[in-house]
Amino acid sequence: MTPLRIAIVDDHAMFRTGVKAEIDGRVDVVGEADDVESAVAMIAQTSPDVVLLDVHMPGGGGLEVIRRLHVRHPDTKFLALSVSDAAEDVIGIIRAGARGYVTKNISGPELFDAIERVAGGDAVFSPRLAGFVLDAFAGTIEIAQVDEDLDRLTEREREVMRLIARGYAYKEVAKELFISIKTVETHVSSVLRKLQLSSRHELTRWANDRRLI
Amino acid sequence: MTSRAASTAPVGDLPAPTYRRAYRPAERRLVGGVAAGLADHLGVPVLYVRLAFIVATWFQGIGVIAYLLLWRFLPLEGPDLSPGLESATRRGLRSGGRAGPTEIAQTIALGAVGIGVLLLIQATGRGIDDGLFGPLLVAVIGVAVIWRQFDDVAWSRWMRQTSGWAFASRVAAGAGLVAVAALYFLTKEGGWGAALNLASALVVAVLGIGLILGPWISRLLGDLARERRERVRSQERADVAAHLHDSVLQTLALLQKNAGDAAVVATLARRQERELRDWLYGNDEQPGDSLVAALRAAAADVEDAHRVPVEVIAVGDAPLDANVSALVQAAREAMINAAKHSGDDRVDVYAETGAQQAQVFVRDRGTGFDLDSIADDRMGVRGSIIARIERHGGTATIRSEPGGGTEVAMSVPVRAEHTPTETTSSQEDTR
Repeated sequence: MTPLRIAIVDDHAMFRTGVKAEIDGRVDVVGEADDVESAVAMIAQTSPDVVLLDVHMPGGGGLEVIRRLHVRHPDTKFLALSVSDAAEDVIGIIRAGARGYVTKNISGPELFDAIERVAGGDAVFSPRLAGFVLDAFAGTIEIAQVDEDLDRLTEREREVMRLIARGYAYKEVAKELFISIKTVETHVSSVLRKLQLSSRHELTRWANDRRLI
Repeated sequence: MTSRAASTAPVGDLPAPTYRRAYRPAERRLVGGVAAGLADHLGVPVLYVRLAFIVATWFQGIGVIAYLLLWRFLPLEGPDLSPGLESATRRGLRSGGRAGPTEIAQTIALGAVGIGVLLLIQATGRGIDDGLFGPLLVAVIGVAVIWRQFDDVAWSRWMRQTSGWAFASRVAAGAGLVAVAALYFLTKEGGWGAALNLASALVVAVLGIGLILGPWISRLLGDLARERRERVRSQERADVAAHLHDSVLQTLALLQKNAGDAAVVATLARRQERELRDWLYGNDEQPGDSLVAALRAAAADVEDAHRVPVEVIAVGDAPLDANVSALVQAAREAMINAAKHSGDDRVDVYAETGAQQAQVFVRDRGTGFDLDSIADDRMGVRGSIIARIERHGGTATIRSEPGGGTEVAMSVPVRAEHTPTETTSSQEDTR
């Protein structure tokens, strides 16, 4: 099996070096970039399997990179990797199309695991992201809402999210709920899809609500 | 929406406003953000608001005038961001939400239809008098262009000055408008639409008077309390920043002294990370405020004392009452146990507050233990966790298997009047 082709986009050279040192050997780092312009050019040129994407970056941040590449390179998968754990950033970049989000203090093996999962088309939820998602989808929605099935998590999806927020790995979630890992992955991917597609209105309201808590 | 407004707790020393204000969202402006702001305020899709403005324009341009007035008087509201995000936004390291291409296309189409209908009305001779329509259209576009240049900061400076050239030019413009209105009214008499002409003249006159009386009106309407709050907050932030930078220096000094001791280095780095992260991306909540704040404080203490990272994830929040305080105490005990005895290098804490109950889960993946083998006289688990929670009407269960880690699940009832963040009744999966 050929190693996965990875690009690292981060404006801190030291961090790029650190990540490379941690995952090198298991993946093939084909490109690096430190701002939006160079990232877009580099990704278009090298078309890596997975892009490790920093959220805060000169030129408009990771969000801008995804926006510019999403149409022309729909196959490129983005894994957001950030020091910021503010809900605005996390939800924003996921809604733009990132397949997962992890914070920068993730360990090397965990990061490698996340990269593999994203490359395979699955979503990667850190406990914190799962918490945000539960928060965002917690309120009830008026029945009149057109995309009702989108704006709601099923009870099973909610359980999966809750367990991930509690610190369970996918394997442990599967064991806890007596389902297969494949099923857990299906649930997680469908939550990601709902998060990316659900109406702007609902998430705006969530953001408003949060400020008042 | 109203229930949310009603449940707003007073923040700091300022009483909660009893009315909801509309704002123009700074990050979602197509032109002035008026339609987006109104849509948020009224809870309707933004398309309807735009449609309403365009339809109103067919009636003597009321839509345009209303839009301009609202543009002037609705305050611009930047998103309320943490200092880290604010700074990242200012330095161009992140881009905010922006209107999608469909929304832009939709608005342009809507505008084109609006202008088309306007011209049609004009062609049938039922609109504004033919001689006036052309100049009026040009004038409106001119005003809109100037308005755009003038948005916000420049406007408020111009509108608030009570001396100097800005004052003079404003009064001149205002007087000019009043004069135009008077002339317009005096030279027109009777005929079709006299009443509407009178109304238009009145609006122009009011605009003129508004320009003259601008500073006073502006001061009246300007939200002074908001400005004061903003000033206090930015001063606070400057203080915190200074304190943090100071403590970063101290930490770095300590790290250099203890470079050989990995455990000390890790603890120091972790503590510094937490402080910075709280300040940059966290909320400015105090430990006395709520379940989540108290849990975070407890986690920080445990982390410092036992040198094991404790990660807190929270969904929803509840104010601290007797039950919730007991929950926090029990959770702290569980965290200490996990940090001390499990041998794991991290502890996960998850808190969820629903309409009926607040739950906290404390989990580690350490050695685990056999619950039955704990002697009855060991007070740690039974007394500090289970009994404490049960005294407050809650339940606490401990799941542990040797080698498989431990999870303590605790829940207490919360009073019904809290804002529920979750209304679906969920079956708990704790056993």
